[in-house]
Amino acid sequence: MSNLPANKSVETGNQQAQREVRIRQRYASDRRLRYFGLGAVGIALGFLVLLVSSISYSGYQAFSQTHVVLEVTIDTDKVDAADPFKGNYRGVVRDAVRAVFPGVTNRRQLRDLVGIVSSGAQYMVRDRVVADPGLINTTFLISVPVADPVDQFHKGNISRDTRESLRRISDQEIEWYDQWVSAGAIESRFNWALIFSSDSRYPELAGLKGAIAGSFYALLVCIAISFPVGIAAAVYLEEFAPKNRWTNLVEVNINNLAAVPSIVFGLLGLAVFLGWFGLPRSVPLVGGMTLALMTLPTIVIVTRVAISAVPPSIREAAMGIGASRHQVVMHHVLPLSLPGIMTGTIIAMAQALGETAPLLLIGMNAFIAGDTGGVMDPSTALPTQIFIWADSPERGFVARTSAAIMVLLGFLIVMNGIAIYLRQKFERRW
Amino acid sequence: MVLTVFLSLLAASSVAYGLGYRRAAGFAAHTGQRLHSRPSYHGAYIAAWVGIPAFFLILTWLTFQNTILDALIMGMLPSDTLAGLDQGKRGLLLLEIKSVARGLIFKEPTLAVREAAETYVRWLWLARWGMFAAASLCAVTGFSLARSRLAPRFKARDKVEQVLNSLMVLCAALAILTTIGIVVSLAYESIFFFKAVPVHEFLFGLNWEPQIAIRTDQVAGIGAFGAIPVFAGTFLISIIAMAVAVPIGLLSAIYLAEYSSPQFRAITKPALEILSGVPTIVYGFFAILVISPVIRNFGASLGLDIAPNSALAAGAVMGIMIVPFISSLSDDALKAVPLSLREGSLAMGATRAETITKVLFPAALPGILGGVLLAVSRVIGETMIVVMAAGLIANLTADPFQSVTTVTVQIVTLLIGDTAFDNPKTLAAFALGLMLFLITLVLNVIAHRVAQKYREQYE
Repeated sequence: MSNLPANKSVETGNQQAQREVRIRQRYASDRRLRYFGLGAVGIALGFLVLLVSSISYSGYQAFSQTHVVLEVTIDTDKVDAADPFKGNYRGVVRDAVRAVFPGVTNRRQLRDLVGIVSSGAQYMVRDRVVADPGLINTTFLISVPVADPVDQFHKGNISRDTRESLRRISDQEIEWYDQWVSAGAIESRFNWALIFSSDSRYPELAGLKGAIAGSFYALLVCIAISFPVGIAAAVYLEEFAPKNRWTNLVEVNINNLAAVPSIVFGLLGLAVFLGWFGLPRSVPLVGGMTLALMTLPTIVIVTRVAISAVPPSIREAAMGIGASRHQVVMHHVLPLSLPGIMTGTIIAMAQALGETAPLLLIGMNAFIAGDTGGVMDPSTALPTQIFIWADSPERGFVARTSAAIMVLLGFLIVMNGIAIYLRQKFERRW
Repeated sequence: MVLTVFLSLLAASSVAYGLGYRRAAGFAAHTGQRLHSRPSYHGAYIAAWVGIPAFFLILTWLTFQNTILDALIMGMLPSDTLAGLDQGKRGLLLLEIKSVARGLIFKEPTLAVREAAETYVRWLWLARWGMFAAASLCAVTGFSLARSRLAPRFKARDKVEQVLNSLMVLCAALAILTTIGIVVSLAYESIFFFKAVPVHEFLFGLNWEPQIAIRTDQVAGIGAFGAIPVFAGTFLISIIAMAVAVPIGLLSAIYLAEYSSPQFRAITKPALEILSGVPTIVYGFFAILVISPVIRNFGASLGLDIAPNSALAAGAVMGIMIVPFISSLSDDALKAVPLSLREGSLAMGATRAETITKVLFPAALPGILGGVLLAVSRVIGETMIVVMAAGLIANLTADPFQSVTTVTVQIVTLLIGDTAFDNPKTLAAFALGLMLFLITLVLNVIAHRVAQKYREQYE
């Protein structure tokens, strides 16, 4: 041993320098990986921020609506006091607008002038008069929405400097608008119509009421089916099922169903519920049934996880004092796992609320201007309403699509918030 | 109406429960005999007999009522009204009869239609009350049958538990039924499609132009159903999506699992999960609102001509959507690598990066691969992003700057606004759906196999 040359164990200065360089390189590559990772997290979060901020930026304007205050006079020759619902309110609004600009006499100009006010204004005057027939034969002030181009102009989305032929509002209309502004008749209001009106072809009148009702009914049907069925299936598989090929098949099947694309469930709903059972198109009942089949695997899986988290000691204790297996499940296992089941179910419902493709296939993307009265009334749902508005060319609908997305995200945040609260409050560690 | 029936059935069941409970409690009080089962089980036994058979009777009735009524109405129309009408015209006639029956008259109906409508109204009324009567009879019979069996030593608990057992089996079987329903309905409609279009033409044809004439007077192409361009488009968008999602997802999983502080992880991980909770239609709108214009403008500044609905935009947004999915599955896979491997590597002086890339990553590779395969199957089946951001025209190209179409886009566009299942155009959607179902199924099975094998390796 001692005869070994000394330079075998002692590094020369050159080798030592090389080793230090190598170590530095190795630590540099460690840092590189670390920064790449941080960068990846940053990109993903950056996209989340970009998504939320761009939707909010494009949608916030839809929460306000430009109104004009009109002085309307209800004459008995236009509105019959006996039946105020059937009056010539169109004429009432027309006269009110013309009275502001008495100088305009040209027929075409008169038409353009009345076009500044939303075509829904007459119905607002009507509803006001029907609610209070004492207004007949009087003159009163009413604030009505302006048409979409004027609204966009007021919000600054259409510039004065654009050539007249390239914008949807003419110089003449801008002049009238300016006169109205200087008279103090133009005002911005919170756009309650966005939530409390049904859909319309005119952006300034379109709202989400029908879509929210449709989504509500569809989710009601969905939870009425998938919650009991899902829990029963999960309890069976977890607590009672013998371990054999048949139950194994059911298990594999449920796991696979959870990964089937949602559009395939739409095809199933279309072929079976509409084609074979002959149920009507576009109704929340069919939408809810389709969504129920889609969420069922999710609910089964979360319920099984929640049930298997209940420790065996509880089951054994209950069995030990003479409970039957059913009593063990009904009295102990299910109540103890209920918070977990509820959390999972709410998350599954949130998924179902945002699901669009199956609802498109069963026709819940129809244009429906009326109110939705129940599970058998044709209606849209929130995501399909977003889809319809995203396809509409009017400038006002772009902002409304983003606003509708904000409403949808708001619902999702509330639902997930409830789920997180339930989990925090009732979660038990055994 | 239907809701009322179900609610009254529920009410009847509750009343039956109360009666059964009181009767059983009465046994105990009057005879002094010990009951075999607690009174609530006697109540539940009667309630089950009242509610369950009637419930299934109503369901069956409702399922078949419309079909039978339609057939009866069409059967009673005079033969000269039906002469020379094809499937679609008959459907329209039926619709007209129904709207006349509801009092909606758009044009003066013919005598035959008017009569049929009157009969329809009568039969509908009959069917409703018939259902009500049948359900009531069923409930009453069930009640008297079950009530006569109640006795102190009657094993009500065992019976109720048997009923519960079979109900649970039924619910579990619904999952199987759903799968069977998917396969049968897709295959059934596809068979009709393949009668019109040969299978080899669908699978290997290079031309996809499904816009055929639905009415005879329409001017349209004769229709071509070669699905290769559609599959190629799906493939292209999936590759772009995975090229975005795999590096970002994997690197962020590595960072969060190995480098980040617990506090950072506690905030960042849920924030990433939000990305997967955002509905896909929101991503679709985000793609057309932000990503497409950005990519287009960027391309224009480089002198590239990028289509407004380029594969790149749709694929990139899809990739962002799938990031949390890949990241959490990779995280699980990395975590599942035994601690001894990690510690062994670190103890030999390897840096953390070397431990990750040379030890953890190879060991976790099967799990990560399984996750990536699951992500691919998700991307292939994803609909709304591509419906909004990708193209409608089938375009056989590998250029990400051009517009391509996907299987899901075609299914949606073929089926929106069209309900008749009697032409190759709508049936093609089911054939595409069948292919989609089979492809995603195979991918899922492989992914689970891969992940399973890997898990076994360390257990």
